[in-house]
Amino acid sequence: MAEINKTAGRVPVQNTAWQNIVKYFKYKWTEIKKARAYYLFILPYGLIFTTFIVIPVVVSVVLSFTAFNMIQNPRWIFIDNYYQLFMVDDLFLTALKNTLVFSVITGPIGYLMCLGFAWLINEMPPKVRAVMTLLFYAPAISGNSFVIFTFLFSADEYGFLNSRLLNWGFITEAVPWLKAEQTIPACVIVVILWMSLGTGFLSLIAGLQSVDRQLYEAGAIDGIKNRWQELWYITLPSMKQHLMFAAVMTITSSFGMGSMITSLVGFPSPNYAAHTIVHHLEDYGNLRFEMGYASAIATMLFLLMVGCNQVIQKLLRKVGT
Amino acid sequence: MATKLETPKKRFHFFKSKAGNRVNRSTSGDLGVLIFLIFFAVIMALPLYYAIIQSLKPLNELYIFPPRLYVTDPTMDNYADLFRLMSNSWVPFSRYIFNTVMITVVGTFGHIILASMAAYPLAKYRFPGSTAFANIVRFSLMFNATVLTIPAYIIMAALGWIDTYFAVIIPAFGTSLGLYLMQNFMTDLPDALFDAAKIDGAKEGRIFWKIVMPNVKSGWLTLMIFSVQSLWNTNNGMYIYSEPLKTLPYAISQITSGGYARAGASSAAVVIMMLVPITVFIISQSNVLETMAKSGIKE
Repeated sequence: MAEINKTAGRVPVQNTAWQNIVKYFKYKWTEIKKARAYYLFILPYGLIFTTFIVIPVVVSVVLSFTAFNMIQNPRWIFIDNYYQLFMVDDLFLTALKNTLVFSVITGPIGYLMCLGFAWLINEMPPKVRAVMTLLFYAPAISGNSFVIFTFLFSADEYGFLNSRLLNWGFITEAVPWLKAEQTIPACVIVVILWMSLGTGFLSLIAGLQSVDRQLYEAGAIDGIKNRWQELWYITLPSMKQHLMFAAVMTITSSFGMGSMITSLVGFPSPNYAAHTIVHHLEDYGNLRFEMGYASAIATMLFLLMVGCNQVIQKLLRKVGT
Repeated sequence: MATKLETPKKRFHFFKSKAGNRVNRSTSGDLGVLIFLIFFAVIMALPLYYAIIQSLKPLNELYIFPPRLYVTDPTMDNYADLFRLMSNSWVPFSRYIFNTVMITVVGTFGHIILASMAAYPLAKYRFPGSTAFANIVRFSLMFNATVLTIPAYIIMAALGWIDTYFAVIIPAFGTSLGLYLMQNFMTDLPDALFDAAKIDGAKEGRIFWKIVMPNVKSGWLTLMIFSVQSLWNTNNGMYIYSEPLKTLPYAISQITSGGYARAGASSAAVVIMMLVPITVFIISQSNVLETMAKSGIKE
């Protein structure tokens, strides 16, 4: 940008393409030299991050174009894995459908729960706030606590939910909540929602604390009347970063659902009623050792999440307007 | 046109806080919010309550079906059982505890420092590659870890880190979450904060340590929770073979996987394993709240 301003008043000098390229790189090089200190700041983290995350990701994307069984050398098969994925593998399409259904329902609701509860908790005085934060974060901190739902959704008539519904006359015979194809998705969604106050929720709590208090006083003078207006016009716009962070966390958790569903309904789930992309991936990666195919699934899942991320980023730009 | 600035009407506030009452709050609204929160808190806290109750049940109550949400004859036998089992292990149990504590402390500390260091220039300055790097970190959060295990193992083997502490601790330094989180907190910092220091001739390192880090305290306190939580529960079965290098969750899972007879000890172990993350959580959260109540960032 600075370049354009400098030449604004002068007669433009016609450069050859090559000169322009050289000029561009010289300019970049001076920029890089100026930012020396910053690169040093990033270096230690960057090295470790590149070694243990970036390189494995790149390798696995490359592997997705091969057939690799972890014993023999990978063999190039180009897009065969992807062809297989969409044209032959019915189960992948089931998994895709299930994942989309789960995340389209639990993603937005879970996100709004994070935001809503974080905001309401933030309204409380400090002591109450601290206790509430712990209680709401409890599902995430207490390990595999969701197994309690297997008792709640017990299939026989003594199960927590069944026995009560039978007593109150809502149902006439026990519903096998986690064993029947029809009821599994609903049960899984309930548990996912209950588990959704995790990383994003805590970061929103901390983010809400860092909003400048003076803004609220200024807002009150400017005519903001209640806590709703305050939320929309002051609080949310001044914590957009944290909103995006919570959104990314929601995306990764709702598209990445796997082990939790397995411990609720088993793997594979009855008639694949709760078979997600992650299940499919782990099936090929950990059980069948078809790493090439598993990598192709992982790459598709990744693209799905990135796409979703872009959409949400666009939506979040509208906050506070 | 000189309009007089209207000061907001004084209201009665249900909640009084030391930091001063917030504007735009009605008492009925505050009460309503509290009741609403208590209702959901009960549902959310159910597993925590259930885990504690389970650990206090004697064996005969543990196996009552359907499981009860209360205990009629509370006992500490499960804990005694667990500690007896611990003291009988081949590798002294203190070794497992040491391993996990060391991995958690070093891993968390290193991750917070390195990630914050990298996050600072990415959040506050533009230079060639900065946006690209920040995006790569963010998107890397979305790649499923299952398929990364093989390449990661090969890299680890090439470095000669298999069966050492390095294999667990060093990758923990470079996870994506911390950088992304810290970057968000640092973007919020007002530029005036740095300009003043730069005029005084402070070097970047000093600015980072003396100005940036104290002002993003709530950020790294939150990151501490995530990091401790994940490292405390690492099982790392993939890189570690030697028994003396294995971690507490591994040892606990070994001694509690004894079927019916060990069910009591196992329910006690769940609570014991939760204690550290919860303690860290409480310490961290009470500090997050404290700093912000006392001082906002002044421009």
